[in-house]
Amino acid sequence: MKRLALPRSPKVIAGVIILGFFLVLMVIGPYIEPYNPSSPLFLQNLPPSSAHWLGTTELGQDVFSQLLDGARATMVVGLVAGLVATVLSIVVGVSAGYLGGKTDDTLSLASNVFLALPGLPLLIVIDSYLPVANRSNPFVIGGVIALTGWAWGARVLRAQTLSLRNRDFVEASRIIGEKRWRIMAVEIAPNLLPILASSLLFTVLYSIGAYTSLAYLGLTNTAVWNWGTMMYWAQANNALLANQWYWFVPPGICIALVGTSLALLNFGIDEFINPRLRAAGVRVRGPRRARARRPRLGMTPVVRETGATS
Amino acid sequence: MRVLLRRFGVYLLTAWVAITANFFLPRLMPGNPIASLIGKLTGQVTPQEVRSIQLQFGVGLHSSIWQQYWTYWVNLFHGQLGTSITLSASVSSVLSSQIYWTLGLIGVATVLSFALGTALGAILGWTRGSRTDSLIPIATFFQATPYFFLGSVMVLVFANNLHWFPDLGAYDPNATPGWNWGFIASLFRYAQLPVISILLSSMAGWMLGMRNMMVTVIGEDFVLMAVAKGLPRRRVIWHAARNAVLPSVANFALAIGLLVSGALLVELVFNYPGVGNLLLNATLNEDYPLLQGIFLVITLTVLGANLIADVLYYWLDPRTRTPVAQ
Repeated sequence: MKRLALPRSPKVIAGVIILGFFLVLMVIGPYIEPYNPSSPLFLQNLPPSSAHWLGTTELGQDVFSQLLDGARATMVVGLVAGLVATVLSIVVGVSAGYLGGKTDDTLSLASNVFLALPGLPLLIVIDSYLPVANRSNPFVIGGVIALTGWAWGARVLRAQTLSLRNRDFVEASRIIGEKRWRIMAVEIAPNLLPILASSLLFTVLYSIGAYTSLAYLGLTNTAVWNWGTMMYWAQANNALLANQWYWFVPPGICIALVGTSLALLNFGIDEFINPRLRAAGVRVRGPRRARARRPRLGMTPVVRETGATS
Repeated sequence: MRVLLRRFGVYLLTAWVAITANFFLPRLMPGNPIASLIGKLTGQVTPQEVRSIQLQFGVGLHSSIWQQYWTYWVNLFHGQLGTSITLSASVSSVLSSQIYWTLGLIGVATVLSFALGTALGAILGWTRGSRTDSLIPIATFFQATPYFFLGSVMVLVFANNLHWFPDLGAYDPNATPGWNWGFIASLFRYAQLPVISILLSSMAGWMLGMRNMMVTVIGEDFVLMAVAKGLPRRRVIWHAARNAVLPSVANFALAIGLLVSGALLVELVFNYPGVGNLLLNATLNEDYPLLQGIFLVITLTVLGANLIADVLYYWLDPRTRTPVAQ
């Protein structure tokens, strides 16, 4: 399966390491937190110290414990929403691209409508009608986020399916008389993998952003810790004006790091899909580094594989 | 022209979906949010106000849901979006007094971020494989950072500690609002930090997209031709960039939604007046009429911006004027 091997660029390696770290944190976070994140056990507004690495909140809760505890909710919602949205986008995008005709028109229209609807405001409207108990359920909230985030993936997948549909190998299996679902699942789907992976990463990134934004607005259950909730409480208690950077900077950095790792992995996929990008990256290590600032036009060594698209 | 009309049709449909969602969501949601809201409000507000909420959300009415839907549309065409529960004023008047702040802030930030991001992306694409590539991970980090977080950090560093910028609000409280120099100067001074923080995180997306497209376009024969003709480098870059920018314009729909969503939260950080702050109030107080009005206005504005981008695309790329099957 050489086709699936991502380029081993430093970007991809860094992305894998950072994402791996947070995935581990998602699993073990609540077990290794030093204190109960919700109990006001300590003096209020303590600065960072060896007992409280990130200080304490206005109520005397340990910020570091909240950070560890919040990893799980944040990551789980991001992953659930990303997966649900990706499944939706496969169903809509691949069927639209492959079946064509009226089905395509309808499904494309639906994804264009959802693409044009501003996601976060819609999310806020839906979420504020939800009963408070449901707002902390990762599957409910992940599902709602997925509803606003599937359209982009569907559009990209449709375009790719459309271009695959008329390739010879698909034509061949149609002539042999393979069933439609089999052609879609066995012939077309594997060739969509890079785009699918990229759209999954993108959706997880969007979902984590959307979830933390909702939490920052106080629209998730504020008693369940996630990184957005932490920033909500920090903002509500004017941590900003009191210079309590240790309260709201760490959760923000965590969100940004997870997002960066997903984007870095996406670069790897981009370079895989579009060899010109890869060639540009590989060149740096070549002997002609001294003239690297000058563009070398039209000489990008590209081996055109049949599966490669522009 | 047909292409543009089709896009316009999609936006009309989107507006219809948004309006219809506004109507049906509170009625179909599990847990009956409106009834519980009315329960909470009883005794706090006048019976007339409770009655107007009941009318708007169809609680305890004898008319069918389709009749209510029709009335909803009629009211909408008369600009009646209901009455805000917390502000005791009509939603349309609240919105029309606040939307200029948001339009100004986000409009300026959007245009600047697109222009700067695209220009930087073109340069990055041209000098690919050189030291400028080290900007990519940095841009990626900014892209992944929630706008509101970046805004908070900027307030902390540049306003609270370095005192380069004023920290919160939209203008100097000592200035008298109006067309006088002092007020306009303070508007400008107070808008700088919010605009910069939206710019920093939204620019990265345009930049990375443009860079990748530029790298792809540079491999095309027409760029080689331009170099072979001996055109000055600046003109070659311009030549390539004009072609590379098209996908960015075409993807405006996706980007503008994300940008507006992010920028609304930046308003909260800076305590900037506008729709973002209204939104926070509406959600915290379960002010559903205001919430619906805000959602509607944001959606229509985003659709309008999309339409402008589509017209621009149509004008930039002659190929779109002859519709072909994709």
